Amino acid sequence: MRRYLAGRLGQAVAVLWAAYTVSFLVLDLLPGDPVSAMAAGGLDQAAIEPAQIEALRREYGFDQPILVQYLNYLGRAVRGDFGNSVATGRPVTSTLADALPYTLQLTAAALVLAVVLGGAVALYATYTAHRWLRQLLMSLPSLGVSLPTFWIGLMLVQLLSFRLHLLPAFGNDGAASLILPAVTLAVPTGAMLAQLLAKSLLTTLDEPYVQTARAKGAGRTRVHLRHALRNAALPAFTMAGILVGNLMAGSVVVETVFSRNGVGRETVSAVTVQDIPVVQGVIVFGASTFVLANLAVDLIYPLLDPRIVVAAAQQRSTG
Amino acid sequence: MSQSLVGEVEPATGPDPDRPRHPEPGVIRGAEARRLVRFLLRRPGLVLSILVVALVVLAAFWPTLFTSRDPLLGVPVDRFQGPGAQHWFGTDELGRDLYARVVHGAALSLKATLIAVGVAFVVGGTIGLVAGFVGRWGEDVLMRIVDVLLAIPALFLSLALVTALGFGTVKVAVAVGLASVASFARVMRAEVLRVRQAVYVEAARSTGARWYSVLLRHVLPNAIGPVLVLATLELGIAVLAVSSLSFLGYGAPPPAPEWGTLISTGRNYLANAWWLSTLPGLTVAATVLATNRIARALDGESATQR
Repeated sequence: MRRYLAGRLGQAVAVLWAAYTVSFLVLDLLPGDPVSAMAAGGLDQAAIEPAQIEALRREYGFDQPILVQYLNYLGRAVRGDFGNSVATGRPVTSTLADALPYTLQLTAAALVLAVVLGGAVALYATYTAHRWLRQLLMSLPSLGVSLPTFWIGLMLVQLLSFRLHLLPAFGNDGAASLILPAVTLAVPTGAMLAQLLAKSLLTTLDEPYVQTARAKGAGRTRVHLRHALRNAALPAFTMAGILVGNLMAGSVVVETVFSRNGVGRETVSAVTVQDIPVVQGVIVFGASTFVLANLAVDLIYPLLDPRIVVAAAQQRSTG
Repeated sequence: MSQSLVGEVEPATGPDPDRPRHPEPGVIRGAEARRLVRFLLRRPGLVLSILVVALVVLAAFWPTLFTSRDPLLGVPVDRFQGPGAQHWFGTDELGRDLYARVVHGAALSLKATLIAVGVAFVVGGTIGLVAGFVGRWGEDVLMRIVDVLLAIPALFLSLALVTALGFGTVKVAVAVGLASVASFARVMRAEVLRVRQAVYVEAARSTGARWYSVLLRHVLPNAIGPVLVLATLELGIAVLAVSSLSFLGYGAPPPAPEWGTLISTGRNYLANAWWLSTLPGLTVAATVLATNRIARALDGESATQR
């Protein structure tokens, strides 16, 4: 188990390093010159003297060879220092850390909603004996993944805030302002989850052991929840990393729609002014949520399905 | 598989996996057409989807078929008119006809979508093809890069690319395409690995065919089917991603009628003009639903054929 853990941790670190490298390649190498981009999009629109650009270039280390630059930046990033935002001058790490609680609130609420709603739709769609209801429920997820997230948000605001005056449309004060953004963010993720779960429930219900359970006289509900769901949930569970990544990406759009503070808003304003250090920090942050979610899945999975550890041990002994 | 071996040996015409290889093509084609009609009649949703996509394509190339109004011309007297017989989708804050703007926006949106899927298809497909064909450490290196791309959420990756490349419809489209390279590479590689084992590839190799002719004439045509299906699935995702990025303000600059931008400007008038973001949003949703439905049909058919 300890070796399994060490291996997984090593993989996680490797992915983070690689994600940092990708963001470095994309942001610092692709456009001709990040300094002119910063100068053009930074604090003021006034023309900048060539001498100042030179100074900026020296300050950010762009006059050095690429490899030296990369190693310098990587060394600082490992210590949690992603440099300072070009637009505000504040350190990237504290900019993101200040915004993080709002985003965590939003994504956590959305995750709970997505799991509950998506799970309920998938369970009931595979449980009901009515053909029309099953088809209706089965078509909901594909509708959910086809609607633009920002549009769902705008429609909810229009209906519930402007017409019925039930919930606040914008901002982030209090639990009431969290409801609409969380629901909006939960729709695509819940729909994806429902699609996955329904598909794996349908395959599981055809398994011989489900027939055995039925033959032994277990009721329909019991077979569905205790026998089929427990096994069918596993494939959906392994997608947690992708779902969390989706939620993080969705929060960029949702926070913009509802004018909420958070990592997503910071990202959008950073991209708008081409604030490269902040964007780089956001990418590494996005990758680390994905990596952490996957790590959590890897650690919990053996508890849910003991076959995994056995298989891993066998692989090690043969390979 | 032995059928395709026979097909590949014919020299001058080149590989064509779709060509029926039966002695009496005319008879078969009649039966196939009847089967296709029956197949479609039992699926009204699919027919509707094909119709929607056809309308979008028509609107993209010949917008004047649908409306004679100018999408950029505002009539200040007609500001904020609700949907009705005069203006099907209503008018915006400058008195421009929203229906005309949506119709003319189809061209920009379709262009962006096709560029995005094209970039993902070509770049991802090439990576997967090379990885699967070369094997060994070359494959390992390429696929680890792909794994890393998968670890960064697609929207973050396209945002980084937009930061680097700059704003505009084409750049946004390229960013969306590059961000979804990974899934194409994986599917392509898996297919190449499957095909590489086939008897006809071994036969081609043993008759002395060069590696590039094995790759281009035997492996690629037989591996590309599932990748094409993925491309149709990707169409809907690309429409959504492009419209999200232009909603965030990185797409076409204001006067141009791009779908995401239309929804985004409608946001400012949500309280008094519901149609401004609702109707363009419905257009996007209908397009995505339609392409997804078609992709699902193609996926199912190719699965049963194999």
